[in-house]
Amino acid sequence: MRGAVLVLVVLALATALGLAWRGRNGRFRPTDAARPGATAVEAQPVTGPARDVLTADDLGVALGGRATFVQLSSEVCAACRATSTVLAGVAADEPGVVHVELDVAEHLELVRRFGVMRTPTTLVVGHDGALVGRMSGATDRRQALAALASCGTPAPCPGVPAV
Amino acid sequence: MSATLTPRVTGIDPRGPRVGAALTAVLLVGVLLLGDSRLATALLALVAASFARGASGGVGATWQAWLFERLVRPRLAPPTALEDPRPPRFAQLVGLVITALGLVLGLLGVTWAVPGAAAVALVAAFLNAVFGLCLGCELYLLGLRVRTRRA
Repeated sequence: MRGAVLVLVVLALATALGLAWRGRNGRFRPTDAARPGATAVEAQPVTGPARDVLTADDLGVALGGRATFVQLSSEVCAACRATSTVLAGVAADEPGVVHVELDVAEHLELVRRFGVMRTPTTLVVGHDGALVGRMSGATDRRQALAALASCGTPAPCPGVPAV
Repeated sequence: MSATLTPRVTGIDPRGPRVGAALTAVLLVGVLLLGDSRLATALLALVAASFARGASGGVGATWQAWLFERLVRPRLAPPTALEDPRPPRFAQLVGLVITALGLVLGLLGVTWAVPGAAAVALVAAFLNAVFGLCLGCELYLLGLRVRTRRA
């Protein structure tokens, strides 16, 4: 009897975990600085190194004129391949959008700098290299396009103003 | 423009590991229902041995994969996409560590070790079977961050 209760509790817990996980997958989450209403001055101090800005040197490829999807992937990642196919497709169809996939094991400094906890995590970067937001977990085309929509067309993504 | 790194390795049918996880989950429910008995320990040992086979030879080498190939796959349409075999193999290794730990502690006399390990492994197997969530894969990056903290 106690065993049966334990089984039910464990399965209920696992179901709750699974639903929370599924609801979170691929959803675009804007950074505080890029949320509507926040001003650039509040969001980012003018002095000091801009730690939320990515450069072509960080990525090994030139930034997109509109946005760049920086996908952090790992060897043991069930959703990385599908997400890579989706983002490559969006990059091919949308002008000014670049997709780059990096292995977390080789880019641990990026993982730490941006507090990445799971793969795939896709950092959405504006035309100036400023982080606009991120998507983690399996990402579909609709979610990727929603992330781009927050960048505005043809206006560049909001972010830290160029100094 | 796109720069990807995922190699186009030959894939496996993604439904195979999920069916295998469902079979594992049934065995783990059995472990919990048997409670504090020798049979529960023996059943957990069987699950640990299955994980050991999957971790060493890949998920396709397990008896669950054998059953899937013989009984389930012939009744299904061909898969729409193939999956990288490395994530499910890593998941087998994580399952092996959890169940082997429970087994060893259980044999050393820790009474809650066998049901405790079975409960944790059941959460993982259930999430894999029902939601397609590979818990070990989700935790991989956290493990990598801890391991390389002082590097």
